[in-house]
Amino acid sequence: MTKIKSLADLRKIKDDVQEKIRLRENADQPEKLVQIKVGMATSGIASGAKEVMNFLIEELEKRNVDAVVTQTGDMGYCFAEPTIEVILPGQEPVVFGNVNVKRADEIIEKYIKNGELVDGIIPRNYETIDNK
Amino acid sequence: MAKYNQHLLVCGGTGCRASHSDAIVESLNRALVERNLDGEVKVVMTGCFGFCEKGPIVKVLPDNTFYTQVTPADCDEIVAEHIYKGRKVNRLLYTNPENQEHVSDSKHMGFYRKQIRIALRNCGFIDPENIDEYIARDGYAALGKVLSSTPEQVISDLIKSGLRGRGGGGFPTGLKWQITSKVKADQKYVVCNADEGDPGAFMDRSILEGDPHSVIEAMAINGYCTSASKGLIYIRAEYPLAIARLKVALRQAREYGLLGENILGSDFSFDIEMRYGAGAFVCGEETALIHSMEGHRGEPTFKPPFPSESGYLGKPTNVNNVETYANIPVIILKGPEWFASIGSEKSKGTKVFALAGKINNVGLIEVPMGTTLREVIYEIGGGIKDGKQFKAVQTGGPSGGCLTMKHLDTPIDYDNLIAVGSMMGSGGMIVMDEDDCMVAIAKFYLEFTVEESCGKCSPCRIGNKRLHEILTKITKGEGTMEDLDNLRNLGQVIKDTALCGLGQTSPNPVLSTLDNFWDEYLEHVTEKKCRAGVCKSMLRYVIEPDACVGCTACARNCPVNAISGERKKAHEINQDICIKCGACVEKCKFNAIFVR
Ligand SMILES: Cc1cc2nc3c(=O)[nH]c(=O)nc-3n(C[C@H](O)[C@H](O)[C@H](O)COP(=O)(O)O)c2cc1C
Ligand code: SF4
Ligand code: SF4
Ligand code: SF4
Ligand code: FES
Repeated sequence: MTKIKSLADLRKIKDDVQEKIRLRENADQPEKLVQIKVGMATSGIASGAKEVMNFLIEELEKRNVDAVVTQTGDMGYCFAEPTIEVILPGQEPVVFGNVNVKRADEIIEKYIKNGELVDGIIPRNYETIDNK
Repeated sequence: MAKYNQHLLVCGGTGCRASHSDAIVESLNRALVERNLDGEVKVVMTGCFGFCEKGPIVKVLPDNTFYTQVTPADCDEIVAEHIYKGRKVNRLLYTNPENQEHVSDSKHMGFYRKQIRIALRNCGFIDPENIDEYIARDGYAALGKVLSSTPEQVISDLIKSGLRGRGGGGFPTGLKWQITSKVKADQKYVVCNADEGDPGAFMDRSILEGDPHSVIEAMAINGYCTSASKGLIYIRAEYPLAIARLKVALRQAREYGLLGENILGSDFSFDIEMRYGAGAFVCGEETALIHSMEGHRGEPTFKPPFPSESGYLGKPTNVNNVETYANIPVIILKGPEWFASIGSEKSKGTKVFALAGKINNVGLIEVPMGTTLREVIYEIGGGIKDGKQFKAVQTGGPSGGCLTMKHLDTPIDYDNLIAVGSMMGSGGMIVMDEDDCMVAIAKFYLEFTVEESCGKCSPCRIGNKRLHEILTKITKGEGTMEDLDNLRNLGQVIKDTALCGLGQTSPNPVLSTLDNFWDEYLEHVTEKKCRAGVCKSMLRYVIEPDACVGCTACARNCPVNAISGERKKAHEINQDICIKCGACVEKCKFNAIFVR
């Protein structure tokens, strides 16, 4: 292990290791960040939800959006899988259906970054999932 | 580098490890590898989450799902269902005892909602054996900040923050540092008191197990401020896991040069050694602790001189408690004003408590000073077990007192607790219900003190024995009104004349129960009755003649032949012979035998 010889060294190490726990720190205050829930379960996975989830996690990071991406079970919209629910800080949840990588990209650029609505919003007829 | 999408935090505190959290980590990793998820999900062993009673705990992040009582056999399901398919494993979620609903997100559990975690900020959050995770949480940044400032400035900030010692006494920490720093000496010492002898307490253990670096960093800061180059941690040998984690942490800090010569390029040098105690309660008292470290008997000596003036090997020694230290790095980074904005007027910040006894959520909690007993017991603690009636809450361990219903709205802080006849102590909090006898409770604590008294001074050695004898007499139903007077008078004398804090506070459990539960003492003495049914020798087993059909079952089963009566006629128990074993009650199919 190299010695830390100054406060500047310490800060550098901190920046390097921060990544290891960023996910935990974000999870501690999700309401301040963009929260995305990806419906997985069996139909979700079969229709590519996993791929969408990984895409979202990687791209949000690359595009400097602090977000908490979690997965949940069936959202009850099998006809429109994969579905994702997005909660912008202080706003009502919005659900998007038939999300593939291309649409996920659009959702990040338009809705998440600029608050513009995009096609494919499913009216919410259910309580937000896992709100207990 | 692989990017982790989810973290699985597994509690590696003493409580959860005892129920196989090591095997849980292994099983989780195995299940992840089987599903090719090991590159996406990281398993981390952390310190205690505080919810030990329902351990082992596994927490899934980022969705904050809190699984309780997890066994290695559950791990496959957690991975297959939750991690892979996103479906929570309901049967492992916490169930709200009030409405039987599952609560998945720990943020919504009553247990956590009112807590503010400063001293416990990293417990259950980072891997305590990985210094990088501590650094990622701003670890050692406070030390860095301090080294580019003057000791006077740091001490003045600490005074401004209002931090007081968490080891029981509540002495202002900044002031203590100032005193130590002003004494001139060629060598000074910084000591961490990790003796934690209060029965049922495990605050300090959890901090050392879950976040050892916070204490190490604060000791170094203390060293810089008081010009001490040596630190000593006095820890009881019964804390093997805390000792092991401290050793790892000390090694890592040295490897990074955060302990040793010329720390962070400054001319400040500091290192820490460990010293082991045999687990005597009195060795937690600072002068006894110092004698014990010097290899002498762990007996207190008269203060002054205070350790800050003349302590270890006769040198100025600054003794602070584990939890006190754990607060310091945050105070330095966030500033004294921030800390002083939390808490009550004269007690700033938070306090960690070990909640125990007849309460639903047993565990470790941290709340702002000034939180009321009611909030702690009912909101965080989830109320009394089995829907029973609250009777008392004991704070401060063997030095503290028993508080009652009328104190429930008292905001908890050092001064308020003393004003109502108890103490903050180190943070034990034991809740009692209608089935507890307050005389027996007082006797229990005195038993502890009599056992732990070092015997050096007579008020404590002899006086506490007498108190204990009187209490024993009362619980046997042989007490008199004079005994009650004697309890009070003798208790007061011991308080005023004992040499050290142990003796000076030992009558508190008796005096506070006399004050708050006088009726119960009276009943024991005048009516020979114990309403909780705890004092066995006062119980009377009685046969209700109208209900008794004379089946003789009880008489045949009484081991001492205390029951007599003719077949088909009402039976009777001879109270002089009865040994109160209860066998007859179980044998009577007609519910004719009662305990009064
Ligand atoms: C009988 C007795 C036992 C004590 N046990 C402890 C203990 O286990 N841990 C502790 O930190 N302080 C204990 N103390 C208090 C210490 O003497 C000392 O005040 C404290 O360690 C100072 O640190 P603080 O100012 O940070 O609280 C005890 C005191 C007495 C009288
Ligand atoms: S008060 Fe008790 S523990 Fe303290 S010195 Fe006296 S005998 Fe020893
Ligand atoms: S309590 Fe035991 S000793 Fe007393 S009468 Fe019943 S069986 Fe006999
Ligand atoms: S067992 Fe019950 S009913 Fe039978 S003799 Fe004893 S008290 Fe009476
Ligand atoms: S030891 Fe696991 S929650 Fe306390």
